[in-house]
Amino acid sequence: MSTLVGIAPGRRRKDRLMRGVLAATTLIALVPLALILYELIKRGIGSWSADFFTTDANGNFLGDPGGIKSAILGTLEMVGLATLIAVPTGIGVALYLTEYGRAGRFGSLVRYFVDVMTGVPSIVFGLFVYITLVLSGAGGSGFAGWKGAVALALLMLPIVTRSAEVVLLLVPDSLREAALALGAPRWRVVLRIVLPTALPGLVTGSLLAIARGAGETAPLLFTAAIINGTSFDLSQRMSSLPGRIFADVGQAQDRLVDRAWGAALTLVMMILVLNLLARLVSRRSRLT
Amino acid sequence: MTQSTTRKARPMPTVPTGAPAARMPRERPKPDAAIGRRVIVDDLDAHYGPQHAVRGLSLEFAPNEVTAIIGPSGCGKSTLVRCINRMHEEVPGARATGSVRLDDIEIYDPSIDVVSVRRTVGMVFQKPNPFPTMSVFDNVAAGLRLTGARGGNLREKVERSLRGAGLWDEVRDRLDQPGIGLSGGQQQRLCIARTLATEPEVILMDEPCSALDPIATLKVEELIEELKQRYTIVIVTHNMQQAARVADRTAFMLTGELVEMDLTEKIFTTPGDTRTEEYVTGKFG
Repeated sequence: MSTLVGIAPGRRRKDRLMRGVLAATTLIALVPLALILYELIKRGIGSWSADFFTTDANGNFLGDPGGIKSAILGTLEMVGLATLIAVPTGIGVALYLTEYGRAGRFGSLVRYFVDVMTGVPSIVFGLFVYITLVLSGAGGSGFAGWKGAVALALLMLPIVTRSAEVVLLLVPDSLREAALALGAPRWRVVLRIVLPTALPGLVTGSLLAIARGAGETAPLLFTAAIINGTSFDLSQRMSSLPGRIFADVGQAQDRLVDRAWGAALTLVMMILVLNLLARLVSRRSRLT
Repeated sequence: MTQSTTRKARPMPTVPTGAPAARMPRERPKPDAAIGRRVIVDDLDAHYGPQHAVRGLSLEFAPNEVTAIIGPSGCGKSTLVRCINRMHEEVPGARATGSVRLDDIEIYDPSIDVVSVRRTVGMVFQKPNPFPTMSVFDNVAAGLRLTGARGGNLREKVERSLRGAGLWDEVRDRLDQPGIGLSGGQQQRLCIARTLATEPEVILMDEPCSALDPIATLKVEELIEELKQRYTIVIVTHNMQQAARVADRTAFMLTGELVEMDLTEKIFTTPGDTRTEEYVTGKFG
């Protein structure tokens, strides 16, 4: 028979030490995050004004450099188009993987390529579109907003696919079986049972992919280029927030660098809102 | 034995005569007057990949009777009932050969639409599985909507199905609330109502009470007693007392084979096979 004894002092010390180490690493990880936010707000908030959001960059050598209206609109347009491409395609691929090709060899091949695509550096997508669409002058122009959107969509596609697949796999098979046993054809099971059940998770995954796409500079540099004026024509060059920051921050004039900080704060706030939305939607999920 | 792992079963239909109908003939329009169909299983083999789960099994389920299938875990009870509504073939790598007939219609005939088989042979699962995105009403209506059934008064059909499942009085005021908000026993009766809504003629129950407490179990058992007036009922159960309570006939299975099938009373008092006797007296299983 063993007897009950108190915790040995050595074990208690070790426990305290390890807890301390873990708390310290957490703090270390939080420090840069807090500093980034602090610096962003301190330097960016100063350039925020009504004019900042409602005027275009004017390229004037002196005086007011103009705002970031064109960059905000350009980002919204290109990310919007990229979403229209990437989200339906990505969810389609995920549906194929979970509902039809779960065990097959082709399914695992697709899954492997999606994983590889997740790891491809974003600038490679930019270069790819540059070579295939920009240099070839596809659609009658060189640089164009829609080509930037294609590059962003390529970047977002594996993220949407992966997150959608995870969520679709969370839909219990018992629900699919229940519907099939009622005599529902498979496409109806997918449309009426699987998709509605997974919907909150699909929206969350898509929003996170959109947030990721909105913050990317590299895919846009050689595809949509960087301009000052507002454009609603996706076949023309188009401004974007990351592009604006990239162009301004390297300038020698403080007023332009300030604009970069203002644009950076705007971008971070937009992504923050998307993330909050994603969390709100995922809270409605009935899947665990 | 070939180890083919084709997804779709390629069975040999045994009723080749005449031009087979693409759908189950549903000649009885009024379900209240319905009499269940006779289910005839003939030399049925079912595999999961290399695993031989049901071995050359033949038996019949009579209409307006409850037949219980008992046997130790892994003896092929569930596989057998899943072959009767062709759900077995939904498992990757699974296939079935042999014959299953509803009266004289071969359900494995290639010209028979699997969807119509499943509408005619309803199934209730082990764990209650109402659709989580749907209200009580929509869960029952799903049986109709999912199969593309049109026409008829949906509300009336839902009410009739819920009454049929003995759930109407408990849920009539919360039809628009989520189906998963009900208690476990109510959820299972909701699933039964969902099955009734498609107006089946045979109802398969795969351990329908194993996730329920005794009171909910009792309610479902009373319901089964009522349902047999109108349907052919096959119930797989682990619980021998349950088989003794609800079943008119009981089949005892062992390692994929039918040991014997007889009147329930006979199985539990004077079985013909010593293995049955050993099982029902608790010597193994």
